[in-house]
Amino acid sequence: QESESENRLDGETASDSESKSEFGGSSPVPTSDDTPEVLNRALSNLSSRWKNWWVRGILTLAMITFFFIIIYLGPMVLMTIVMCVQIKCFHEIITIGYNVYHSYDLPWFRTLSWYFLLCVNYFFYGETVTDYFFTLVQREEPLRILSKYHRFISFALYLTGFCMFVLSLVKKHYRLQFYMFGWTHVTLLIVVTQSHLIIHNLFEGMIWFIVPISCVICNDIMAYMFGFFFGRTPLIKLSPKKTWEGFIGGFFSTVLFGLLLSYVMSGYRCFTCPVEFNNDTNSFTVDCEPSELFQLQEYNIPVVLQSVVGWKTVRMYPFQIHSIALSTFASLIGPFGGFFASGFKRAFKIKDFANTIPGHGGIMDRFDCQYLMATFVNVYIASFIRGPNPSKLIQQFLTLRPDQQLHIFNTLKAHLVDRGVLGSLEDA
Amino acid sequence: MSARRRRRAAAEQEEEEEEEAAEAGSDKEVDLEERLCELDLRSDSDIPDVPPPTDSTPEILKRALSGLSARWKNWWIRGILSLAMISGFFLIIYLGSFMLMLLVLSIQVKCYHEIITIGYRVYHSYDLPWFRSLSWYFLLCVNYFFYGETVADYFATFVQRREQLQFLIRYHRFISFALYLTGFCMFVLSLVKKHYRLQFYMFAWTHVTLLITVTQSHLVIQNLFEGMIWFLVPISSVICNDITAYIFGFFFGRTPLIKLSPKKTWEGFIGGFFSTVIFGFIFSYFLAQHQYFVCPVEYNSETNRFVTECEPSELFQMKKYSVPPLLQAVLGWETVNMYPFQMHSFALSTFASLIGPFGGFFASGFKRAFKIKDFADTIPGHGGIMDRFDCQYLMATFVHVYITSFIRGPNPSKLLKQLLILQPEQQLSVYKTLKSHLVEKGILQPSLRG
Repeated sequence: QESESENRLDGETASDSESKSEFGGSSPVPTSDDTPEVLNRALSNLSSRWKNWWVRGILTLAMITFFFIIIYLGPMVLMTIVMCVQIKCFHEIITIGYNVYHSYDLPWFRTLSWYFLLCVNYFFYGETVTDYFFTLVQREEPLRILSKYHRFISFALYLTGFCMFVLSLVKKHYRLQFYMFGWTHVTLLIVVTQSHLIIHNLFEGMIWFIVPISCVICNDIMAYMFGFFFGRTPLIKLSPKKTWEGFIGGFFSTVLFGLLLSYVMSGYRCFTCPVEFNNDTNSFTVDCEPSELFQLQEYNIPVVLQSVVGWKTVRMYPFQIHSIALSTFASLIGPFGGFFASGFKRAFKIKDFANTIPGHGGIMDRFDCQYLMATFVNVYIASFIRGPNPSKLIQQFLTLRPDQQLHIFNTLKAHLVDRGVLGSLEDA
Repeated sequence: MSARRRRRAAAEQEEEEEEEAAEAGSDKEVDLEERLCELDLRSDSDIPDVPPPTDSTPEILKRALSGLSARWKNWWIRGILSLAMISGFFLIIYLGSFMLMLLVLSIQVKCYHEIITIGYRVYHSYDLPWFRSLSWYFLLCVNYFFYGETVADYFATFVQRREQLQFLIRYHRFISFALYLTGFCMFVLSLVKKHYRLQFYMFAWTHVTLLITVTQSHLVIQNLFEGMIWFLVPISSVICNDITAYIFGFFFGRTPLIKLSPKKTWEGFIGGFFSTVIFGFIFSYFLAQHQYFVCPVEYNSETNRFVTECEPSELFQMKKYSVPPLLQAVLGWETVNMYPFQMHSFALSTFASLIGPFGGFFASGFKRAFKIKDFADTIPGHGGIMDRFDCQYLMATFVHVYITSFIRGPNPSKLLKQLLILQPEQQLSVYKTLKSHLVEKGILQPSLRG
């Protein structure tokens, strides 16, 4: 019955029976070996399995070192790196779409995809920039107009792209073009929103950027090692290499790692302070009075653990409690992002997203577990940590009508007097 | 075409041979049967027509019109149904904002259902595990998220009183995200070996549909809360443009407009544009006089109902405008009494006539791509709900962006709510900044008791 339905050549089936490669072969196009010549020569006499291990290991160390260098260079460089990673991920996924649908010859489609990427980035960056660079924007006249009518301009830009898409529909290729349109939009949804949430988290304080990303990386590595040494029970049919032992071992190591890393980082202002733009020096500064989260406090150890650990109280940063939540998410739900990407790769019969990084695959392969993490951290911060941004509120206040402003001012004043924050006769 | 088929057959043969050779050492889960039916996704030629929707015209109409020829019969059915829909629309408006909200919600759910059903038919995916439940679950999640954001703003007083609602509002984003994540994890767990690609396609289809239908419907509701006129005028402009473009095209149509929709003509397009602008002017003139349409919808916590009562804003107060010299000669007046809103209606009608049709072309392209005649057969003579609303997609977003950019500022009660959540020190610094600003502008007297 299934073979009969599959053999029906009439209906469009998106089942896995179609292959996309040019020569109609059943094997996926093998990714070309990108390993630099140096490494190839140095490892030429090892067996293939160890060679692969070494290449992956060396590249992992290279990426981690690169990560540290970027952190040292500061928030501006980090923002630029996030942006480049985003563009590369978008490019990789769109290229897969092209390969799947042989759509290189569609009119305008490449241009339209990049145009939509530009539009959506313009919209998001415009919203962030206005918030954080408020004073800078108010000073420059063209920037002020751009920010006042920001939504309208972004919408107009998007509409232009939409109309160009409609005008570019070609008779024989309607379905293909609609698929690519949908593909582009879903990719934008995943890639661009995540990268902007990461930048929001970064502005909250570099620790909110570094700890989640490191937890995901640590979970990846630890789960792999535990699986390598102790792995026995497969976890999910989708990724046969993952095991329950790796999963659980990875969970506990990541939580521990998160606690330790946050302990070390909470001591430094450059990590815990929100990134601010200093108008006078026209640069980013991370200097502030550390909030309560980053001040040591005494916690009583629950009686159960007291006998184990031998201490009655422990000095910890409140942030470390939050780091437990972050590490738990990274270990339990983060892997679902990886399974999603594995399913995607199997669905479209590709081994890796691209071959940018030797031994590892594409940029997306490294970042697939990070998707959900960035959104989670952002939602977590918005729900549990910080309130609304005061400067944004002031900015909104200034656009109200005078009677509305007065009403709000009086309500706020009454509220403050109520709380005793403001003396009733004080003329501050 | 035949050359291509031959090439494909040759490719299939090659494939089979390669497959048999590689089967031994491969770890791919590919079945031999699946390899036998490669489809060329490059052209739409292999897609059969989906069976035409069944004729759901009620029996009464059929009997009444049985004597006419097919063409006039179609005209009459369409005409009668159009009138029925317009009357239904007026009735709902009379019943008030709450009914309108419900109507918008039902339309949204029906549109979603129609598009998802098309996806099922295209991909024969009725038998996929969980997929129907997951699609509806995602619809529920996204609606919960959006309604939570709107409800919290507009029903602020209602919400403050109830403890459970307070909790839900405070952690709203987190709860919505958790709900969405559950759906996401269930999707990943439901991936079945032979159907990966299908499931990913349906996942993406669901998300794009949500993006289109749910966001639009929420923007419509936000426009509605701004004042019913912001809901009525855009929708009527689009409908008017549809009807007048059709009529102009019927009587004068000669030059085709776009290959995508062969029935559209330039004459219809231009005629529709001018008629819609005039219609918009006249219609806003009438609506702007009544408080019922002009005032923002507010929720009165004492009477537990929606009220639309207010001091009409500047937009809805008559002003004298000088007619530009060009038009003076034509019209013979020097000044004219108009509502400022009519200027805005000009922008709205222009958008409805010029850009709105692109939404229609998009839907036409979509129907051609998937070889369907109509989205569904809900409305006899017209097709599905989506067929009626395809030009409205962009309109709702445009009106919303227009309002936020040019008309109103941020919502004061929302601002106040956010101010009250801040830390006391932040509140104090904000208070000081506000005070100095107000004193500077002369709104507040710098006396001891401000």
